[in-house]
Amino acid sequence: MDPLHEHLLNKNRRHFLQKMGLGIGGLALGSLLDPMGLKNSPTAADLLQTGPVPLPHFAPKAKRIIYLFQSGGPSQLDLFDYKPKLNEMRGQDLPESIRKGQRLTGMTSGQKNFPLTGSVFNFKQYGESRAWISELMPYTAKIADELCFVKSMHTEAINHDPAITFFQTGSQQSGRPSFGSWMSYGLGSLNDNLPAFIVMLSRGSGRPNGQPLYSRLWGNGFLSSLHQGVQFRAGKDPVLYLKNPDGISRKERRQMLDYLAAMNEEQEKLFGDPEVANRIAQYEMAYRMQTSVTDVMNIEDEPDHVFQMYGPEALTPGTFAANCILARRLIEKDVRFIQLYHMGWDQHDNLPTQIAKQAKDVDQASAALIMDLKQRGLLEDTLVVWGGEFGRTNYSQGTLTDTNYGRDHHPRSFSIFMAGGGIKPGFTYGETDEFGYNVVKDPMHVHDLQATILNQFGVDHTKLTYKYQGRRFRLTDVAGNVIHSILS
Amino acid sequence: MKPALFGKYLRLSLYLLLPLALVWIYKYLFGGPKSELISSNDPIAFTQTIPETINYNFDVKPILSDNCYACHGPDAEARQANLRLDTEAGAFGDAKNLSTKPIIKRGNPEESALVFHINSTDPKTQMPPPDSNLSLSEREKQILEKWIAQGAPWEGHWAYQIPKKAALPQTNFTDWAQNEIDFFIASKIQARGLKPSPLAAKEIILRRLAFDLTGLPPSLELMDRFLQDESDQAYERMVDHLMEQPQFGERMASVWLDVARYADTHGYQDDLERIMWPWRDWVISAFNKNLPYDEFITWQLAGDLLDEPTLEQIVATGYNRNHKITQEGGVIDEEYRVEYVADRAITTSKALMGITVECARCHDHKYDAVSQKEFFSLYSFFNNVDEKGRIEYGETPAPFITIDKDIVKEELSFLHLPDSIPKVELMIMEEVADLRKTYTLSRGQYDAPEEEVQPGTPSRILPFDKKYAQNRLGLAQWFFDEKNPLTSRVVANRFWQQFFGRGLVATPEDFGNQGARPSHPELLDWLAVTFRTEDQWNMKAFIKRIVMSGTYRQSSKQMDEVNRMDPTNILLAHYPRQKLPAEMIRDNALVTSGLLNTTIGGPSVKPHQPEGLWEETTSGQGLTQYQPDGGSNRFRRSLYTFWKRTVPPPNMITFDAPTRDFCTVERQKTSTPLQSLVLLNDPQFFNAAKAIAKKIDAETGLQTESEKILKLFRTITLRKPTDEEKKLLNNYFDALLSNRSVSSENPLVDLALLIYNLDETTQKS
Repeated sequence: MDPLHEHLLNKNRRHFLQKMGLGIGGLALGSLLDPMGLKNSPTAADLLQTGPVPLPHFAPKAKRIIYLFQSGGPSQLDLFDYKPKLNEMRGQDLPESIRKGQRLTGMTSGQKNFPLTGSVFNFKQYGESRAWISELMPYTAKIADELCFVKSMHTEAINHDPAITFFQTGSQQSGRPSFGSWMSYGLGSLNDNLPAFIVMLSRGSGRPNGQPLYSRLWGNGFLSSLHQGVQFRAGKDPVLYLKNPDGISRKERRQMLDYLAAMNEEQEKLFGDPEVANRIAQYEMAYRMQTSVTDVMNIEDEPDHVFQMYGPEALTPGTFAANCILARRLIEKDVRFIQLYHMGWDQHDNLPTQIAKQAKDVDQASAALIMDLKQRGLLEDTLVVWGGEFGRTNYSQGTLTDTNYGRDHHPRSFSIFMAGGGIKPGFTYGETDEFGYNVVKDPMHVHDLQATILNQFGVDHTKLTYKYQGRRFRLTDVAGNVIHSILS
Repeated sequence: MKPALFGKYLRLSLYLLLPLALVWIYKYLFGGPKSELISSNDPIAFTQTIPETINYNFDVKPILSDNCYACHGPDAEARQANLRLDTEAGAFGDAKNLSTKPIIKRGNPEESALVFHINSTDPKTQMPPPDSNLSLSEREKQILEKWIAQGAPWEGHWAYQIPKKAALPQTNFTDWAQNEIDFFIASKIQARGLKPSPLAAKEIILRRLAFDLTGLPPSLELMDRFLQDESDQAYERMVDHLMEQPQFGERMASVWLDVARYADTHGYQDDLERIMWPWRDWVISAFNKNLPYDEFITWQLAGDLLDEPTLEQIVATGYNRNHKITQEGGVIDEEYRVEYVADRAITTSKALMGITVECARCHDHKYDAVSQKEFFSLYSFFNNVDEKGRIEYGETPAPFITIDKDIVKEELSFLHLPDSIPKVELMIMEEVADLRKTYTLSRGQYDAPEEEVQPGTPSRILPFDKKYAQNRLGLAQWFFDEKNPLTSRVVANRFWQQFFGRGLVATPEDFGNQGARPSHPELLDWLAVTFRTEDQWNMKAFIKRIVMSGTYRQSSKQMDEVNRMDPTNILLAHYPRQKLPAEMIRDNALVTSGLLNTTIGGPSVKPHQPEGLWEETTSGQGLTQYQPDGGSNRFRRSLYTFWKRTVPPPNMITFDAPTRDFCTVERQKTSTPLQSLVLLNDPQFFNAAKAIAKKIDAETGLQTESEKILKLFRTITLRKPTDEEKKLLNNYFDALLSNRSVSSENPLVDLALLIYNLDETTQKS
């Protein structure tokens, strides 16, 4: 990316040109920070910070994304990747011809043997697309024809911290910007009152104390902190420090901000600092956020049938289901990148019990979200992605019994699904071997997925770069190919 | 005019203006510090003119580096067509099978293959090739051609030449100049037809100085003393006074903690607590007792290898253990051990050499002369620690020392071990008895050793002679060898950045080919040499030079004319107004409200933070719950706030503090609405507003409301309000009074909160 463009993307941008009717590729610029509006007439400073930005690189299919991240590594073998061979060979050792020296984690590398285990859950084919889905995901099964399954995901890391960091930033080591930050940086915001990149967390009931999360997963890395993910939380203060101190009403706050603005205008005179105007605008954006965030988080005004659709858990703030309703509401407000993290998918032991609960947490709401978006005509240009940081082994970690097993981390193959945003519905991409261990057809690397998602936003992943420490960095590092066969 | 028609005209005129504006924007932007398009003898480019005389280092090489080196540079593996442009032999060699012409023929652009390729429009021969997503501007092409026409003079990279003191440049502003620094600054201002700014008002300069030297605003008493002191030495007295305050060490430490990636947790996955604060206490004390910079660094790099090291020198080595450490079940020990060793090499290079070497871990550096072999030679210095890759929960990673009360009393008096804690274990550096062999690792992978390497440094900077000890101590000797071209420049630049917000080299982490060129190269070298020779690495003496300069003492008031010509203020025709760092924003509220607890050092503290932040991300292991401290520990200075890397203090992060996951030599400077929310709504600021209102209300000398308002304003901003400001404050006060039924608080609280949110309060003016 040329430096001018880079500069513009990273700068505090004002989109008055667009408002004046010049239009910039149909997309507003700016991100979290774009509060100027039309308050002042265009000045040189405005011009300086706005320009015809060559993004998107081509016509986008998607404008917004909801990434339903399933943290911990959901077992593809118990959800989507049906391998009856593993049931047949139950208890037998994983053949070395299949393992091919694959690195194991320290949790199973000491095991004497690696007893194969199929799923205890029943699989059936659904929809016209005949997608295989286990009984754990009945609601998802019903919308199979809306979904594109990728059975051939593979990654490079085998432990949680590096693997989830890799998925979110394209690098196993921390310090790079997260996916949402890249999108905010590259494409800016579509709305004036909410951040471009919003994150919500929920805790799984299958393994409530599973893997931790780290705020750097939605951090801006070396990009401007304007592009950091803003966490929305259940409770009184949905965004940190959003609520006025006790005893200060909105009216009083308004009054204070008016005096503050007047005082700050004096500052501009005293110091001749043109940036003061920008900082006044930050206060106005903060003030607007106080209502816009509160409004969007108040899901009580949703009709009953919505709660029925997303399931009873949706009534409890902070659950995955409640966050799904919020995600849809944020999409309606044109938020660019919404990331949900659902924790607890790390089933090293007691997998059958744990995964049933995990699946129940998310199945109905994930499916409801997709159908809700569809009904509202939003699925067309909203991409929904569902998946975790790696898969799980086809052999049992720990003792295999008739009803119980665990599975260790498996980076070589796992499944995710997508919907909307110009991705082919009712389609399955990629295949693993009959052991569900190696990808045998159409592999999709994490960087390929990232490249493909960016492609749907009209972004050439090799051109979305940021120069830092002398090097041009990309979300996809030095790799990644757009997988065209899953595009509709 | 009808609105629609008006809109149309406006639109039309904007369309017409746009191309002009873009040209102009372009010029503006490339006047910026990170630009590579600045002409040789002028730190800002107002025009797109091509310099009279093209300078290889400043005009040509940035173009070649950024556009060509990736394929025709130092990285042997990636090199295309067996052609390299980063060496003289390569650039002037024959083009082999590509062309019958030499790559560059001195004095003859037409006969230079390079010129043919950069002008080619045929994708097969065009350079850079279309698929690189790189392209040269017309100006860049012209610079290359003109340089060749002028005989293509070649020279080594500027930062690798030993800095030399140039004679002071001429300037008409000798009356303005306070010391040598100002001659360098003024001459460039003058060359642009501008003039430097007058001295800042006393209220402004003392506040600026106090924040810079102590991280806190001056007290009103100190301000009054300064205002009353009309002698010529008044300012210098303040400089000396503030540097003697123990808060000086806290301020300096707070910058070094970013560089040294200090934190109170291990950083990976479950992110368990670690105890590194004794090392932090050492840093504070080292600055306060003005340990010379060479010793400050040598102790941290190799305190344990000195002759009969003191315990203090060993504590200093904790610097190299500040990297993250994992306890994640299932990881491979060696993989992470390698990670830690690499982190030490990367941190040390970035902090002390101003070179980012991490790319060379996997392959030869693409832009700078650091081969993969050299990376691992550097790495080998740090590879002899008997340490684990994966630690157990609750384990202090070896090697460590145990510090108890008696030891503190006898040897480590700077360390603030509270009575409630009998002893602590502090990670330190210690060589294993049998030194490990170090190998280059293919693609940087822990399990792919290739060739054995010996301790060494990038030879283009300064070869690692046998005269140095072949260990970390030798590395420290190498850094402080008078022939080392980088050490003094890098530190002088970082100090400059600390006081002016931007280094003379705007990329403090990168003095290499891709880094920014210095805006004032002669000044940088003057500072570097002065710090090393005259000042003998005396940090206080050196800092005093900076703050005594007229450049530092200038007014920050911006003039339209200057803003137009030099919008990013590279010339420093006025002092650059800057946002205060996260720590100062909070500490300012604490100290002006009288809440600040000035205790120095000791275990980190937990002031208020929004509830639930630790709880919602934890796995249930380690630090699961944030328990805020009670009592006055809530009001300690922000550098003592407990730093959990995976969930850092949100108000600090919001104000651009780094995560401390790795070495950071420069913070971002942003303004966001989230920052406004913190200042408006964080109970810490609201409590400060309440406290200061109460304090003012209780003062007996203040009779009228106006007097109280005046005092309130002055306590926070350290100046008197203008008439207009006074009017606004009084009006606001009256408006609050008339609404008293709504607001239950003393209106002074609202006023105080407003003043804490005032632009000036969060700025260093």
